Amino acid sequence: MPSNNSKSNKNRELWVFIEQKNGTPIRVSLELLGKGCILADKLGADVAAFFVGQKITNQAQKLIYYGADKVIIADDLVASDYRTEVYTDIIVTQALKRKPEILLFGATCIGRDLAPRVAGRLSTGCTADCTQLDIDQEKGLIVASKPFLGRNVMADIICPHHRPQVVTVRPGVMELPAQDKSRRGNLVYANVDFKEEDIKVKILDTIKSETVGVNLENAEKIVAGGMGLGDAAGFELLKELADLLGAEMGATSPPVDAGWISHERQIGQTGKVIRPRLYIACGISGAIQHYVGMINSELIVAINKNPKAEIFDFADYGIVDDLYEIVPEIIDELKKLKRAPSH
Amino acid sequence: MDIVICIKEVPETTEVPWDPEKGILIREGIPGILNPNDKNAIEAALQLTEKYGGVVTAISMGPAQTDDALREALSLGVDNAVLLTGRHLAGADTLATSYTLYLAVKKIGRFDIVLCGKESADGVTAQVGPQLAEFLDIPQLTYATNIEIVKGNFVRIKQKLEDGFRELESPLPALITVEREINNPRIPPMDHIMEAYRDKQVMVWTADDLGGQMERFGLKGSPTQCLKVYTQRIKKGKMQILEGDGSMVAKELVQILRKRNLT
Ligand SMILES: Cc1cc2nc3c(=O)[nH]c(=O)nc-3n(C[C@H](O)[C@H](O)[C@H](O)COP(=O)(O)OP(=O)(O)OC[C@H]3O[C@@H](n4cnc5c(N)ncnc54)[C@H](O)[C@@H]3O)c2cc1C
Ligand SMILES: Nc1ncnc2c1ncn2[C@@H]1O[C@H](COP(=O)(O)O)[C@@H](O)[C@H]1O
Repeated sequence: MPSNNSKSNKNRELWVFIEQKNGTPIRVSLELLGKGCILADKLGADVAAFFVGQKITNQAQKLIYYGADKVIIADDLVASDYRTEVYTDIIVTQALKRKPEILLFGATCIGRDLAPRVAGRLSTGCTADCTQLDIDQEKGLIVASKPFLGRNVMADIICPHHRPQVVTVRPGVMELPAQDKSRRGNLVYANVDFKEEDIKVKILDTIKSETVGVNLENAEKIVAGGMGLGDAAGFELLKELADLLGAEMGATSPPVDAGWISHERQIGQTGKVIRPRLYIACGISGAIQHYVGMINSELIVAINKNPKAEIFDFADYGIVDDLYEIVPEIIDELKKLKRAPSH
Repeated sequence: MDIVICIKEVPETTEVPWDPEKGILIREGIPGILNPNDKNAIEAALQLTEKYGGVVTAISMGPAQTDDALREALSLGVDNAVLLTGRHLAGADTLATSYTLYLAVKKIGRFDIVLCGKESADGVTAQVGPQLAEFLDIPQLTYATNIEIVKGNFVRIKQKLEDGFRELESPLPALITVEREINNPRIPPMDHIMEAYRDKQVMVWTADDLGGQMERFGLKGSPTQCLKVYTQRIKKGKMQILEGDGSMVAKELVQILRKRNLT
């Protein structure tokens, strides 16, 4: 297959599964290429982007710009839309041939459907929903860290004796790498010998949700509320603040579980990972499962009446006060500002 | 329509002690509840058998106290309950769990659908469903918000993804994982709960009853290991407390935001 002065050609490979939408790689896959490069360097391995879809070859170069040393392409009509059995088979067939050390998947709906099935077929371990990755250079293993049960607890998980080591990673936690257009790499073509008749599961319909609306991942500002609000009505107060700032509303998980606010607004380990320019936390204690979802925010303002609340350990500005006292004052102040002529 | 549902007991609290030597949670003695998501799986199974007939069997792997979760399933109307327990099964990761559940499903024998919750409240991996489907060598239909039987031996589900839905169709048997919004689980009446404890039976199977390879159960059969559990907090630099009376603090904050072009 064509190769133009490829950067390297090491025997060991780290694979990043490239999830695509209509042929275009999604963001988390590019984030993982960036992280994959750092890990592969420590391991002395090549980064291979594993790219499955239909009519996708024209996007392969982009994956090299984002850090892939090679792109393994499976381009076929039967693979145009994600189906577990097709994608599993394609990946496993190549994995048995090329014996990658590590497989990284984004912890998206598709990634979380696919990674465990691939790991299952290869009889290897799969660590879900990680927020940090590193290489233990002595042992040559990937150390995958994830928030755990308990307030501030993280767990480091390894897969010492089975290969490949399969990991899914939360979208948004790894940095998006810069494109480097001088990079060169190989394209490797994977055979797809599936016929539509042989595939059990059919996709009858694809419906884009009309209720999406909430796009916390890309919001520039977020005002979030926790159990300190006391009841559902508290979110109305926060909504007023959010509207004045042009911010989206977010929440911790207990208010979501209590039905005070919709599930799409949950931030954290089992919710969204956000990176806004401004994050205002009201009545939020700062448990690790929440922390991992919001710590990439540029400016963090915390309002909590308990001066010992953990959120003050990582906020930029803290206000120790009852939120029902201080938030109305901030609202007033913002209203004044809006009325005043700008200069 | 014979259905096997996999249910899990999860700790009621989030503060679960941990055995640093083995790298596993100490679940014994921690008060447990039925995994909330698995209640949806039970409800979905009951609705399907109410419509199409058939037998519902609930299986759960866990310590002896998991009996409670299975009694709850029985009180809800599940026909049979099987507890998979014993020291060989302890410390299992998702692969070893799925292997164990697989042997149990095989032993039960007849099934058209295996139902799982999308994810457990403590593991939150959403892996057991797909891995069990792999062992059983049947299709997996994940994140279902609706299930329908069509043409006698096919199932159609509405699958919830980040940005919408897909409608999928698969021949039976198949494994389905369900979302929380698929239904509102019924609540068992008091007398059914009493009955479940008094008159009904939970079968207990150990590794020996399941057959299979001993080295694939529990901690031994788990490719992943917990290296360490620790408290982590990256301090983001020094926090500044805004002090003074409310209106002063509000003013100061708004100034800070304004300077950064954030108002
Ligand atoms: C497996 C797992 C996954 C999880 N996933 C997530 C997740 O994705 N996202 C998430 O957020 N959590 C998650 N959690 C839960 C997490 O551990 C915490 O329980 C949760 O984040 C706490 O929410 P909180 O800060 O709103 O509530 P609390 O911890 O109850 O804190 C409320 C805070 O409000 C303050 N307060 C009270 N009244 C007032 C007032 N009038 N004015 C000002 N301050 C006030 C209190 O001092 C306190 O600090 C998860 C837990 C587990 C085990
Ligand atoms: N120990 C277990 N016994 C029975 N079912 C389980 C067990 N662990 C997980 N499951 C099933 O698998 C689903 C996903 O769990 P998890 O992979 O832990 O997120 C759960 O909702 C259950 O239906």
